Amino acid sequence: MALKNVSVNDPMLDPVTGEYRVVGPGHTFKSITEKISRIVLTNRTPVGWFLGLLIAGGGITILLTAVTWLFLRGVGIWGLDMPVAWGFAIINFVWWIGIGHAGTLISAILLLFKQEWRNSINRFAEAMTIFAVVCAGMFPLIHVGRPWLAYWLFPYPNSMAVWPQFRSPLLWDVFAVSTYATISVVFWYIGMIPDLATMRDRAQGKFAQFAFGLFAIGWRGSVRHWMRYETASLLLAGLATPLVLSVHTVISFDFAVATLPGWHTTIFPPYFVAGAVYSGFAMVITLAVPIRKFYHLEDMITTRHLDNMAKVMLTTGLIVAYGYAMELFMAWFSASHWEYFAFWNRLFGPMGWSYAVLIACNIAIPQLMWLRAVRVSPSMMFIMSFIVNIGMWFERFVIVVTSLYRDYLPSSWGTYKATRWDYGTFIGTLGLFTFLFFLFVRFIPMIPMSEVRMLLPQARVKPPVEPLGEPVHGAGD
Amino acid sequence: MAIPEGTYGLLAEFDTAGDLVRAAQSSYNAGWRRLDCYTPYPCEEAAEAIGFHRNYVPAITLIGGLMGLTAMFLLETWINLLAYPLNIGGRELFSWVAFMIPAYEWTILFAGLSAAFGMLAMCGLPAPYHPLFNAPNFRTASTDKFFLCLEARDPKFEAAESRTFLEAFKPVSIVEVEY
Repeated sequence: MALKNVSVNDPMLDPVTGEYRVVGPGHTFKSITEKISRIVLTNRTPVGWFLGLLIAGGGITILLTAVTWLFLRGVGIWGLDMPVAWGFAIINFVWWIGIGHAGTLISAILLLFKQEWRNSINRFAEAMTIFAVVCAGMFPLIHVGRPWLAYWLFPYPNSMAVWPQFRSPLLWDVFAVSTYATISVVFWYIGMIPDLATMRDRAQGKFAQFAFGLFAIGWRGSVRHWMRYETASLLLAGLATPLVLSVHTVISFDFAVATLPGWHTTIFPPYFVAGAVYSGFAMVITLAVPIRKFYHLEDMITTRHLDNMAKVMLTTGLIVAYGYAMELFMAWFSASHWEYFAFWNRLFGPMGWSYAVLIACNIAIPQLMWLRAVRVSPSMMFIMSFIVNIGMWFERFVIVVTSLYRDYLPSSWGTYKATRWDYGTFIGTLGLFTFLFFLFVRFIPMIPMSEVRMLLPQARVKPPVEPLGEPVHGAGD
Repeated sequence: MAIPEGTYGLLAEFDTAGDLVRAAQSSYNAGWRRLDCYTPYPCEEAAEAIGFHRNYVPAITLIGGLMGLTAMFLLETWINLLAYPLNIGGRELFSWVAFMIPAYEWTILFAGLSAAFGMLAMCGLPAPYHPLFNAPNFRTASTDKFFLCLEARDPKFEAAESRTFLEAFKPVSIVEVEY
């Protein structure tokens, strides 16, 4: 590792490998537990927290207003019209659910790959997943026109004697997203049980003891339980991995199955998944940078985490770039007039500016992350994460809108203009997401204490363990 | 079920995982079977030491997954062939390729729920009350201390003798836990 710009005496550097540490030096089991649980158990809530909650609450007010008006007047208040019948709602749906995917990637895929650095960011990345899925799931529901009948999507015996159409990607979506939400919540909660037990044991107030005790369901740290727990965690990770890939694949089918130039491509599933992970990691950084600063958690969410996440973003960003390049190549190589026109229109049509934003935010600017100085700088990574999130939102805008507004027949061409209700709903979900996140950091230990304990050197049992007493031979010896 | 009375067991406290594993291994070797270790993070060595080598979470997950797969696939087949056959662009009524996607999601859903709730059930959780919570120092088991409990159910258990046995491992403290 290059050590340029880094003072040799930096305590955050591992003297052996020269890399940034995953956990700051000098921590013990107790110091970690105290530091993380104090954020929740303190009686003094920081003023900044209330301020943040207030602003996020303003967002929720906007959301409620926009959705109430929508329920009263119908989807006509949005900028939807033929030929663009899918607008902000679908863009936001795909954007939010993509953000959620990094949480699953961190909690599941990196666990399977034994990337131990992910232990400290795992809990809040998963929380991010759940809150993002909450925001995402809302859009198709309010988009169906009669949201109070949304349960018709599920196969259940009914007096109308009708059943859903199982060959439709939109129905696959119902199963993919509902499974994803359920498994994410279960995975999150199971991962939290030992920490809730810690909170129960450390809480001073009667109410906190009762509440944490209730949710800790009597966890007592028996090694037999721990072993089953570890097996279940690994299995859930093993299940969540194909799940997360399938969810965004199914979402890409919503587009790819339609015979519309710009949508009807086989590259959609992998490129949607890569884009999802890309934007999700960006959102993790957007959240991690202010949180570690505000709660002084720099020794648990370290520069190493930023560096590693930047590398993941760089990789997935390049996969996404490959996707864009391949789309353009196929538009030419397919020799299909319609396909060719769709992409010419994307680049140089009236909405060509959105494609330029997309390329700048998703491909050009993120290349700065090749520089180590950018990767290890929290402020630079914060800016970078914003840029990528904007870029990924525009990717969905480009896919949804620029494919729809000029299709086969010039006589049916139109344009798309979002209304204030579109913007209001989108800003509202940003508020909802932030609001839920503020509640999370205040009431739930945001870093998994039991998993960070495992990262400490003293967690390793030193060999050789010499048992006292006479060994007893078991069966089969 | 009658509430048992008397002693639940002897609880020895240790400062490090190494001490705990050594004590647990020696107790197991001395013939103790009704014993358990309590640690603030998963400690595989301690589980090995008390002879807990495998668990049945994978089996229950597999069963759950297969149930989810079968349930959804049969539901789709029944709906499309018998209950509500729909002609969608002249495609096969039995479109098993399309059916695989919801069936796949339900495989994961059922397997995941089985893994999570099966694990809890096998651990006997939720169990809001446990005699060990009566031990005054047991709260630290979830922070930084390591415990070995020799349970009274073990035929080898004899209060005074077992205490002497535990003292050989130089624990920080030994507490007799009541029901």
